[in-house]
Amino acid sequence: MLSTQEIQDKVIAIIAEQLGVDKESVKRETDIANDLGADSLDFAELMIVFEENFDIDIVEEDAQNITTVGQVIDNIEKQLKSSGK
Amino acid sequence: MAKRVVVTGFGLVSPLGVSVEDVWRRLCAGESGIRRFHEEPLMVFRSQVAGLCDDFVPEKYVSVKDTKKLDRFTLFALASAIDAVRAGGIDFSREDPFRCGVITGCGVGGLGEITRQQDRLRNMGPAKISPYTIPKIMANAAPGHIAIHYGLHGPCYSVATACASANNAMAEAFRAIKLGEADIIITGGTESAVSELGIAGFCAMRALTESEDPPETVSRPFDRLRGGFVIAEGAGILVFEELNHAKKRCAPILGEVLGCGSTCDGCHITQPDADGTYPAAAMGATLRSASLAPDEIDYINLHGTATKLGDTAETNAIKRAFGDHAYKMPMSSTKSQVGHLLGGSGGLEAIFSLLTIRDGLAPPTINLTEPDPDCDLDYVPLKAREIKARRVMSNSFGFGGHNACIAFGKFE
Repeated sequence: MLSTQEIQDKVIAIIAEQLGVDKESVKRETDIANDLGADSLDFAELMIVFEENFDIDIVEEDAQNITTVGQVIDNIEKQLKSSGK
Repeated sequence: MAKRVVVTGFGLVSPLGVSVEDVWRRLCAGESGIRRFHEEPLMVFRSQVAGLCDDFVPEKYVSVKDTKKLDRFTLFALASAIDAVRAGGIDFSREDPFRCGVITGCGVGGLGEITRQQDRLRNMGPAKISPYTIPKIMANAAPGHIAIHYGLHGPCYSVATACASANNAMAEAFRAIKLGEADIIITGGTESAVSELGIAGFCAMRALTESEDPPETVSRPFDRLRGGFVIAEGAGILVFEELNHAKKRCAPILGEVLGCGSTCDGCHITQPDADGTYPAAAMGATLRSASLAPDEIDYINLHGTATKLGDTAETNAIKRAFGDHAYKMPMSSTKSQVGHLLGGSGGLEAIFSLLTIRDGLAPPTINLTEPDPDCDLDYVPLKAREIKARRVMSNSFGFGGHNACIAFGKFE
């Protein structure tokens, strides 16, 4: 089972890689669209990459409510806990 | 007075390299850019060779993020456009963006990405399809992204006439400037269809060479032993500009676009008309468009893909269009060295045509060691040759029966 810190590190690494930004500019409170310039397609692609990397499914209703990096981490942690991974 | 159209920049990505001068030097030295496409093939194709752009590094031109969002054919076009615009010294912040456009050719679009996403769809379901799929695979992503890169708002579209796409696109660019719709058009063609589906599809048609000889020897246009074309990838992008506009900004003028002509075979979707009647008509239309007599053309960059029927048909067409002059004029197929870039070929060959004018040098048709008796014109076999080249023509013919020719001249 991944720790919160491990999930956070992995999420930040993925976002930095996908959006071509420095890891240092990605923090829990960072807004993925407004602060990092992700458009709707970038955002949808990111969700697929998270799903593949963590072997989870981010349901559409949850994805629509996500705006910050912290919300991504929380969602992934919640899913990993409930599935016992 | 009628507007004149000149070329003020060009850039390329090709199997012989990514720098115009290096590629031109290697081309005239008779080098080949063809190699085996799979060191360890996953599938056994009848054809095992391709012209691949191994030297291309997209990160030199765009952000890492964009290298994921843009298909390879779009990256080729954008990189070539950036080089062309830089060579032409164009600062688009000083231009009226509504007077600047992009019209490029692409025959297929993102074939490799289509199959990658199709595999995901079958194996993982619709929720795992990348949202970039559609904007990546569409052929018009190439002109779209070039326009985005420079913030251009003039005419912008892609032309799809298979292997004639780039020549048809350049004809559109020529006309847009002639008609006063634009001052500058970024044009030419791009393609990256060397995917498993692309190779398998062309193999199924028996269009590709199946020779197992050394890769650099298998593209043999007009040779008795030719057995089909070598699939390749790359782009050739040119800046077409209205003459007075180019003069006003003291642009380098690399040549003049004299005229264009196009026709359709209208008889078979892939098989060329053996007599060459309709490609001859396209060459004739180009001469009329350029107000030139047949004997005023000094050189032709041939379509010459090295298919059995195609090379003979083109030879017959040139005899029809040029009469006796056909036998006095040097001509060559640079596909003998770079292979067939499909929708990108006309763009790359237009650049080679302009360099032929600049240097008075005809690149060779390599591998032409046993001339086919039915192909009896002067194809500049094996070695480059110094020639008089004030005016040249470039031919491109595409599946669909498309025949598109363009004439360039020394700027005088």
